[in-house]
Parts: sequence; C-alpha cells; structure tokens
Amino acid sequence: MTTGIVAHAGDMELVVGLEVHCQLATTTKIFCGCSTSFGDAPNVNTCPVCLGLPGALPVMNAQAVALATRASLALGCTVHTTSIFARKNYFYPDLPKGYQISQFDRPLATAGVIEVDPHATGTPRPIRITRVHMEEDAGKSIHDRFAGWTAIDLNRTGTPLIEIVSEPDIRTAAEAGSYLRQLKQILEYTEVSDANMEEGSLRVDVNISVRPVGSSTLGTKTEIKNLNTFSGVERAIEVEYERQCARLRAGDAIQQQTLLWDSARNSIRPARSKEGSHDYRYFPDPDLPPLVLDATTIEAQRQSLPEAPGERRSRFVTSFAITPTDAEQLTASRRLADYFEAVVTASGDARRAANWVCGTVLAAINAGHGTVDAPPVSAERVGAVIRLEAEGVVSNTAARQLFALLLQEDADPKTLAEREGLLKVSDDAALVAWIDAVFAERPAEAQRFLAGETKLQGVLVGLVMKKSQGAADPRRLNQLLAARLG
Amino acid sequence: MAIAPEDIRHLAALARLGVDDAQLPALVAELNGILGHMDVLAQVPLRDEESMAPDRGAMPLRDDRPSADPLHRERDAFAPAMRDGFFLVPRLATHGAAGATADDEEHSA
Amino acid sequence: MSATTQAGLADALLDEGVARIVEAVQRDATMAMAVVSAAHARIATREADAPGLNAVVATDWPHTQRATTDRIAEQQHHGTGALDGALAGVPVLIKDNIATLGLPTTCASRILSGYVSPFEATAVRRLVEAGAVVLGKTNMDEFAMGSSTEHSAFGPTRNPHDRSRVPGGSSGGSAAAVAAGVTPVALGSETGGSVRQPAAFCGVVGVKPTYGRVSRYGLVAYASSLDHIGVFGRSVNDAARVLEVIAGADSRDATAAAQPVPAFQHAVTGSLAGVVIGKPVEYFPDNLDPQIRARCEAALSQLAALGAEIREVSLPHTALAIPVYYIVAPAEASSNLARFDGVRFGQRQPGAGLREMYEATRSTGFGAEVQRRILLGTYVLSAGYYDAYYRRAQAVRQRITEDFATVFASGVHLLFTPTTPTTAFPIGAVTDPYEMYLSDIFTVTANLAGIPAMSLPIGRVDGLPVGGQLLAAHFDEATMLRVAAELEAALGAEAHQ
Ligand SMILES: [Mg+2]
Ligand SMILES: [Zn+2]
Repeated sequence: MTTGIVAHAGDMELVVGLEVHCQLATTTKIFCGCSTSFGDAPNVNTCPVCLGLPGALPVMNAQAVALATRASLALGCTVHTTSIFARKNYFYPDLPKGYQISQFDRPLATAGVIEVDPHATGTPRPIRITRVHMEEDAGKSIHDRFAGWTAIDLNRTGTPLIEIVSEPDIRTAAEAGSYLRQLKQILEYTEVSDANMEEGSLRVDVNISVRPVGSSTLGTKTEIKNLNTFSGVERAIEVEYERQCARLRAGDAIQQQTLLWDSARNSIRPARSKEGSHDYRYFPDPDLPPLVLDATTIEAQRQSLPEAPGERRSRFVTSFAITPTDAEQLTASRRLADYFEAVVTASGDARRAANWVCGTVLAAINAGHGTVDAPPVSAERVGAVIRLEAEGVVSNTAARQLFALLLQEDADPKTLAEREGLLKVSDDAALVAWIDAVFAERPAEAQRFLAGETKLQGVLVGLVMKKSQGAADPRRLNQLLAARLG
Repeated sequence: MAIAPEDIRHLAALARLGVDDAQLPALVAELNGILGHMDVLAQVPLRDEESMAPDRGAMPLRDDRPSADPLHRERDAFAPAMRDGFFLVPRLATHGAAGATADDEEHSA
Repeated sequence: MSATTQAGLADALLDEGVARIVEAVQRDATMAMAVVSAAHARIATREADAPGLNAVVATDWPHTQRATTDRIAEQQHHGTGALDGALAGVPVLIKDNIATLGLPTTCASRILSGYVSPFEATAVRRLVEAGAVVLGKTNMDEFAMGSSTEHSAFGPTRNPHDRSRVPGGSSGGSAAAVAAGVTPVALGSETGGSVRQPAAFCGVVGVKPTYGRVSRYGLVAYASSLDHIGVFGRSVNDAARVLEVIAGADSRDATAAAQPVPAFQHAVTGSLAGVVIGKPVEYFPDNLDPQIRARCEAALSQLAALGAEIREVSLPHTALAIPVYYIVAPAEASSNLARFDGVRFGQRQPGAGLREMYEATRSTGFGAEVQRRILLGTYVLSAGYYDAYYRRAQAVRQRITEDFATVFASGVHLLFTPTTPTTAFPIGAVTDPYEMYLSDIFTVTANLAGIPAMSLPIGRVDGLPVGGQLLAAHFDEATMLRVAAELEAALGAEAHQ
C-alpha cells in the first residue's frame, strides 16, 4: 500500500526529511541523578535540578554522552571532539527552566547515512543524516485529568535524548518506513535505546514538501507531528502528499505549518499554534563548558560497536549458507541474532539451527512463550535437541515434542527424551515383538509379503511405526523385515 | 537599530511580561538610551575565528548513578498549586474538554 | 564565668574577628551560643537608630538557637566540650539569593516572597560543616540587579556610615551588616562588582574569587557566566578564612574548578619585596575624583614602601567593559529568569488562561529594573540582533580577558585600582539606569575576565569610606590576599580615616 506514489502522482515529486527523537537507555537523567524509570507516581523522580528550582545547576551524565556517541558512530557520523550545549528559550509549563538544554550550531555529530531499499531492488539509496545532537526531554502535560486545569508531571523531564535529523533525501513513504525501521534496529543493536514508538522512547516528526519532477529547488514544507507508529508515518506522508499535490493543482500555495496526524481517522489537521511567536533565542549555555571528547575515546567506542545489522545479515547468508529471508528474520533483533549464533554453536549445524529458530522457536514466541529478546528455551537446550535429531537419536516428530516439553520444564533434552519414551527404539527384541504383533493382526498382508510381494514392506513399516508410536528406528526395522524374506 | 513600541510588545510577549501601553514610551526611551551606549562595540574589528565565549575548559561528567540532591521540603510546600502529585496550571486555551494530545505550541523536545 | 560576663565577652569578640571567636569557642563550646546571641542582639540595635539599617531581612532565632544548642550538645557528647571547625561558633549572614534550609531565599523579589528553598547552596553547607552559624539573610537589589540595594522588595538598606546614603549593591545588606558589626563575615554575590562596590562604600573587605573557585550551586542565577559567590569581612584574614572554607571543586557545578585550594590567610611580614604591582592607566582617568585619586596614590605609596615595585600598565579595552557587560548579563538573565513562571514554586498571580497567568505573575512579581533587563536581554538574543549584540559582546569580552592575560604574563603579579569612581551616593540620587551602571565601571572587568579581585578600605573622603581594588591572575587569590593583608597592616587606622 505504500508503493509507487511517485508514479501514481506522475508529475510531482515527494521530498521528505525526518527528525527523530530517541530516549537514551541511562539509569539517571541527563543533568541530574534522578531515575529515568517509567510509570512512577507523578513528580516523584524530580529534584532541584530537573524541577528547575532557583540555584540548581546541570551536570552531564557520562553514560548519556557514551550512548549518544555510540549511536552517532553506528549511523556513520563524524563525532566531533568539541560540541556545545545551548539554551533553546521558550515558555511551556512542562519545560521547567523556561529553556531546553540542547545542541545548536555545534552538535555532537554530523554527516551520517542510512541506505534504504524498501522494495529489495538490490540497489539501495543513501539517505543522508545531517546531524545527531543531545538534548533533554520535557515533562508531560495532561489536559484531561482535572476540569479547567492542565496537570504537569515532570518525571520525564531531563531524560536524555538524541535528535537524529535527516537531509530531505526521502522520496517515497516506503523509503521513510525503511529508514525508520533500520534506524530503530541500529539503536537497538547498539543498546542505545529501547527505541519503542508506542512508549515514546522513539518519536518521529516529518518535514514534507512536493515539487515538480526534475526541479532542484525545495517547495514550502509542512511538519507532521503526533506520529505513533511507523505505518502511521507512511500513511501520514501519503495523505499529506496528496493534499499538497491537490492544492498545487488547484493553484493554491502551500502554507508552512505544523500538522497533527490523527491515526483513528487516517487524516491530518493543523496544530493550533501561534504563528510567528517562535524565536528561541539560542545561546551557549553558560552553566555547561564545552563537551570535549578525545579522539582515542571516540575510537574506542567505535571499536566496541557491535556488528551492524546489515553486515551481520550478509555474513549469515555467506558463512552459514542460509536463505536471505531467514537471515533477514534472524537479524531483526540483535538478541535474536545472538541467540541464533549460540544455537549454531551448540548444535554444530547452521541450517538446522536456522530452521529451528525461524520455525519452532519463533512459533513458540508468537504463541506467547517468552520474547524475541528472551526466547523461552535456551540456545544450549535447542542445540542439544538439534544434535539428538541430527544423530537419529530422536525422530523429527519426537524432537518437536521434546521442544514442547522444554517449554514447560528446563531439563537435559536427552534425559527428558528417555523419561518420556521419545528415543528411537533400535532394540531387536522390541522391534521383533512389534513386527510379530502386526503380522498377527494383518495375516493377509503378512502372507503376501513373505511370499515375495516386497512392495508391501512400506505398508508394514508404517504399521509398525504406528504401533510403536513413532519410536521405532525405521532403518533397523527395514533390515529386520528384509531378513524375514530369507 | 532603534527599538520601537511594537518591538517592546514583541519582546514582552516572548518574555511573558505583561507590559501596559502606558509603560511603552518610558521603556522605549530607556532601552534605546542603554543600547545607544552599546554601539561603540561595533567599532571593534572582529577576527576571522572569534570565539563565542570565554575559554572555560571541558565539561566534567558524572557517573550514571542515582545521586539526586534530596528535597528537604515536600513539593506541595513550595508549589503554588498541586493536586494528586501533579503541578496544576490553567488549562491551555487550545485544549477543550476532550483533552487533545498535542500542545498548542511546537514542542516535541 | 557569669552569664553577664560571658555575654559581654561575646559581644566584644564580634569586633575582634573570626580567629578570636574560633579560639574562644574551641576553649569553651558554650561561648558559641553567647557569640551568636550577641550577634542576634546587634541586628535589633542596628535597627533601633532611626532610620534603621534594614540590612537583615530574615532570621529564625528559635531555629538558630536550637541548631546552635544541638551542635554544642553533639560536640560535647563526642569529646572535650570544644567546638570543632575552622569557623566554629562564627555567626554569618547570607545574601538572600543564596539557598539556605529553614530561612527564606527570595532574592528580595516579590515573585519569591516567602519561598524557602528545599535544598542548600554548597557554600552554605560548607560554612555550616565548618561550624559557622547561619544567623539570617541579607537585603539586596532584586535578583542582584543593581548597585545600591534600593531596588528591593524589602525597601532600601542604609549605609551605616551615613544613613541617608546607599550601602552600594547589590550585596548591600551583607556589606552594611558587616560594617555595622552585626557579624564579622557574610556571604554576598557578584555579577559586575556587587561585593566589591558595596564593600568599598561601607568600608569593609570584599573578595570576589576566580570564576569557578567557589561553587555556584544554590546561588540563584542572574548571569551565569559572570555570577560569583563572594565574601565580606572586617579584615582581610577573616574574609580569607571564609574563602578557604567555601572554595573548591563541587560535583554539582560543572563550572566549579578542580584546582586545589591553597591557604589564603597570611601572617603579615612587613615586606612585599619582589612583588610587581601594575597601575592600569585606564582606571586612573583624568576625570577621576581627585580625593579618591589621592587615597589611591597614598595606598600605592604604602605598597612601594613595603618593597613592591609599582609599574604603569595599560588594559586598552577597559572602556568597552560596561557595554559588554550590559549585553551579556541581561541576555543570560532573560533566560535564567524564565523559570520564575508561577508553575512549580514561588508566587503565582491568577490569570484566565496559561499565558495570562504567566504574564500576571511575572509582571507583578518582578520589579521595574528586573523587567527592563529581561526585555533588554530578550532583545539582544532575538533573531536578527544576536550577531550584532551578543556574539560581538562575547568577542570583545575575550579581548578584555586577553588584556589582563597580557599584563599578568609580562611579570606583573597584581593590579591596584580604585574600586569605585565615587563614594556612597545619597539614596534616590541616581535615577538614570545607565548612570547607575557606571558605578560598576572599575569592577565589571574582573567578572568579564573571571579573575579574582577584591576591595579593601584605604581611607575616607568626607567621612565616607574609599575602597582600593586588587586584581590578580586566575586562581592566584593567595598573592592577592597576601598583598591585601600587608597593605591593611601597613595602613592600620589610616584605612578608616
Ligand atoms: Mg529537539
Ligand atoms: Zn532531577
């Protein structure tokens, strides 16, 4: 549904840039030692600093700097050895100091890139990242709790954020979706953030304009806020693209304005902002000397970065000989990819490991057992089950049954298989007893087989397997039946 | 660059200061008087790479450990209006009873 | 000793200075309560003469008594009955813009009327940990914006030397209280000279350390890059002792310096051999008041007599300091004072909507000078004017800093200048804002450059005190305080004549 809107509109090109705010996964706030935990009683996680009390001063959290640096490097940015914090001045009741501490003309990092290829054409397009800067989050204003009042909760105030600003390089809604999904994946991989849009740890604003195809000047842009899902971003871009095209076709100009996405109605509406009143009066925050990072520290951060999702994907395909589809699925989350690699090590069989993780394990997760980040059965146990299966100790079916049992109890798979009678039976006495029982039940078939009608061997194997409830080792069974032919 | 009465109104709006029209002439005269003394700065030739602020060394960093300065008084002992742990302000003009989700001014941090 | 004897002794100790009080209290812990009581009694006696001094704006005597009793009891429980600490039993007053627990912190503004901070300034905590007793809060120009302590929600403070005159400002309450002998020492703050100028007007010692030497945590910000906590004392060593206590790195202030704190108190030797003292020509203009010039020349002669070499030097960008200051300080103030919005603390005026509430709160809560500076600061930071004003002012500020660096790199250890161009002026005499700003003309440069500076009494003109200013290189308070202590001893009684 997000495909081909350029072709659809024909003469007008879509131009989109994205601004993404991402909460950094620190224990404490950016400028004070208050907890960043979520869901506590209002205003309990506040102190003189994040309440903006007279006389309080900010002191930077080292971990916030480290995470922002990691994210910047993972996005291919240049991290600057000196960056400056500035004050963005405006009044809002959940902005305690009357200014937000942010970075303005000297951001932490610049010039990164994310490559997008939403339709798997094999020729990805680079979307340039203009800058990554650090800033503090505001609090929450709740308008519907008390009649006539807005209620202010400042627990979120001072949560460390990075703002990731792209160039207006995005040309389709699908590219925007692809950019965001990859960005989220990178932020998760580097363990910089939970990057959860529903919980607000990832927030997206869209800058959008249109222009005649072939034009190199930018049209008047609008900004869309209040986006809660990636698919919402894609839908909002399509709706706003159609709106702008329709206006231009009708000879109307585009007004520069802020729009709000209404996901329930699939529509946009203007934000009622006071136009012309924005003059943020940025200036360097005199409470914070420049942030200085030495090149060695930046390089050490770069060395400690995990393998990027894209690189890992290709490595899985080439060194494990698994399908690109499986590799894509297995690298969707860093934890799942780590899990898969652990299953490969434990089982010694990459292709079986891929089948197991993409099939049985993900099916169990989808059915509500564990999560992608914490699968329900350990990689060691799944690896052991795969070995039992590969070595013929248990049948295919028995291996699946064994996994189901491991969901209920954590035990050594071999022991469990013995206890539950899931091992293949290759003991001649037991097999002969089953054969004799089948021959007794089906004398006609037995007679014809013994008389040389060898094509009946398969039928008899099936009957014995059924009698043994799948436990009989089919290889030995075939040998014993053949022997009866003399 | 003389300040006019409408400039004062704009500045007062930005600074959330309610300025009466009656105060405007005096404020215009005072601010222009003060700014007149600042023009001398324009005569100082600036260097190519003029630094923005005094050299203040590098920012110290603190460990990511809980270390908030405890409050010695309850929040409602110094807050003008509180209910159920929330600070209260008059409801934003653009928010009706339905409780919209977005703010009246651009504000997403 | 009898209670009467002890009270008399304690009252006398207030005039003998910090070292004698600490000595007495370390011998006999109960002396602490006697000294603090004597200081408390002096607040009232200094108000008794009409018109009152109006220097101390808040006390909580029952709380102070209890805190002092508890401390004595605690110490007696631990040991010999002697109070420990470099400031044991020393009563101190704190400017009303420095956060204290238990006493209001209002910055002499209606917008903070009755506000009691839920946390304490680092400097105050260090004083209390060193045994000092916080006796009360002192008057000031609202939010430290002023040079006369006339612009206060508590009304003007009067100069103890002539009650028709201002004590200077903005730390006029602390200066007047120390000059009137209420306490031997007090904390003030300065952004453009608000400790040194009132020290000069009131005839006491006022020290502004290097920017970053004393934590600003708990100092209500006016202009963060210029704000300093400073110390008033009746003698150089009293001020030096307090500075030793409050100085040093602080994990709650990113601009507090990590530099080690050396000893600042100095035992007088009678020699300044080898010390080079610069006399900047820009601070001795042709139109300088001849009587103030004469006092300065006399002090320079004393310094020379002690063996110091006096050298004429030039700080060519000095004349630009006031314009730079009145761009940078209001710009930062316009941002720092945005938090006074009636949402989380302080006074709120009701309004129909949020904007109306903001505007009613701020326009009735702030006085005229504060509003003027907020408007000016908003203007110089606003779109289209930032480069012409703020950016340029910061660039020129850099030149002023370089002027000092050049002089100190040339072998000059210290500079000597008048602290102020005039002595204390009559209350109500200065009405033009810019004329008022000019009373900081010799002091703002040290705030712009962040170098340590101080004022000490060097004599009187027509019965009014004159201050001499010493300025030193960054973090060289020790040399500054040593030379000040030597000059103070050499001048002796002449400093107050
Ligand atoms: Mg932002
Ligand atoms: Zn906090």
